[in-house]
Amino acid sequence: MRIELEINGDTRSADDVWEGESLLFVLRERLGFPGSKNACEQGECGSCSIYLDGNLVCACLVLAGQAQGARVTTVEGLAEDLDLHPVQEAYLKAGAVQCGFCTPGLIMATHELLERKAQPSDAEIREALAGNLCRCTGYEKILDAVRLAAKARA
Amino acid sequence: MAGPANEVDGLGRCQGGKGLEFLQPTSLTEALELKAAHPGAVPLAGGTDLMVDLNFDRLRPEAMLDLTRIDELKQWWPHDDLIRLGAGVSYTRLVSEIGEYLPGLAIASRTIGSPQIRNRATVGGNLGTSSPAGDALPPLLAAGAEIEVASAGSSRRMPFRDFMIGPKKNALAPEELIVAVHIPKARGPQQFSKIGTRNAMVISVASFALAIDAGTRAISCAIGSAGPVILEAPEADEFIESSLEESGAWDARSRIDNSVLQRFGELVAQGARPITDVRGTKAYRQHALAVIAARTLTWAWDDYMASA
Ligand SMILES: Cc1cc2nc3c(=O)[nH]c(=O)nc-3n(C[C@H](O)[C@H](O)[C@H](O)COP(=O)(O)OP(=O)(O)OC[C@H]3O[C@@H](n4cnc5c(N)ncnc54)[C@H](O)[C@@H]3O)c2cc1C
Ligand code: FES
Ligand code: FES
Repeated sequence: MRIELEINGDTRSADDVWEGESLLFVLRERLGFPGSKNACEQGECGSCSIYLDGNLVCACLVLAGQAQGARVTTVEGLAEDLDLHPVQEAYLKAGAVQCGFCTPGLIMATHELLERKAQPSDAEIREALAGNLCRCTGYEKILDAVRLAAKARA
Repeated sequence: MAGPANEVDGLGRCQGGKGLEFLQPTSLTEALELKAAHPGAVPLAGGTDLMVDLNFDRLRPEAMLDLTRIDELKQWWPHDDLIRLGAGVSYTRLVSEIGEYLPGLAIASRTIGSPQIRNRATVGGNLGTSSPAGDALPPLLAAGAEIEVASAGSSRRMPFRDFMIGPKKNALAPEELIVAVHIPKARGPQQFSKIGTRNAMVISVASFALAIDAGTRAISCAIGSAGPVILEAPEADEFIESSLEESGAWDARSRIDNSVLQRFGELVAQGARPITDVRGTKAYRQHALAVIAARTLTWAWDDYMASA
């Protein structure tokens, strides 16, 4: 099938998409947006987190056809040219990135949290990031990064 | 780019050896007609159960019937003393838009998965899966919810206990879809609690829901993850209702004795029919249920005592 959707503000399309594949597969393998990572394909790790029509979702759990005509924002859509988004800057400054595999998903979840709640409490940060796994950092630096990003907005 | 549907793609993924049709109706009428024409088509809502099976090659249906473009399924409205909740309302919306009417279901919804999961997953999907561990299900049973299902040209409504008939089995016919759930607005405090290995993203090892009807002075319990279906606990209900009546606690709004709480927990545990599996033993589930039942009742009763 042919899929047409808006990604990071541009209209994109892919032909010969198999009806059974996920939006994550379409983004990464067909449209050249490898920022969203594929780690579990079962909604557990959050590394494929994207915005779908404004809602944070796991792209691995969206069937390609369900995203027909949708507005998608991936991690590639946050930076403006070479200027990183403040949330990305905060992750760098806080040393919250080790292997980096979880980072795009965590950046998206952090972005979504701060859009909703500019100055979240620690409990709210933990709840918002509960769907994102990191095997490297032990999370402390990630919490620091979110606090730093929130501070930068204040 | 990948070729025909039966080729192995560049990532070595087998596309199933056969075509898979994607059906995307935009109205309920159209969806029911498609379901009648393709009884083997699998309804797809948030995909948080189904996509896992699809991604891991455990599911290769002839067709997927996407329900996310059907506005009728995404709406809710109050009618009389009920909320009619469309099968396709996400947990995130349920919590923020209707939590005040359905506190038990809202508390359970907040424990489901993660924000990403709750933004997609639906009560209709939890009913469709009919897992004994489905967290939306005990609050539906405790609140006395009815399930509305439809096929082309007809619809019917049944109590939850007639809907779920076994582990991952329900009364839905191949040509039917779940349309809505009719849930009485809370007439008193409601609570929910679940046991799992951590605080987030966890399948229940045992769960418990409780609804107090302050008007009729009735208490209804429901037990999850500890039997082939969600279970009622009529003996526990009767015991707690009569002890509250006898002690005058309804009028005095006084505390429940520890001995009564303990007995209530025991009766709930006795009402369960748990098995031993990878998530927990039978004995652990029974013990956990006694503890969370007493705790859940305490929370709900604290709310009752605080209400003037
Ligand atoms: C990471 C993760 C964590 C999770 N955590 C929890 C948890 O804590 N608690 C919990 O209970 N569940 C949990 N789940 C399971 C899942 O999110 C829920 O069961 C959810 O309610 C399914 O809803 P859905 O809309 O995504 O269903 P889908 O996956 O779209 O569908 C599920 C089933 O219902 C059927 N169906 C859906 N809508 C209809 C309809 N209108 N009519 C007929 N059939 C229909 C489908 O055919 C399918 O069989 C989790 C899942 C994941 C991936
Ligand atoms: S790859 Fe989607 S949640 Fe892990
Ligand atoms: S930095 Fe390696 S998984 Fe998070």
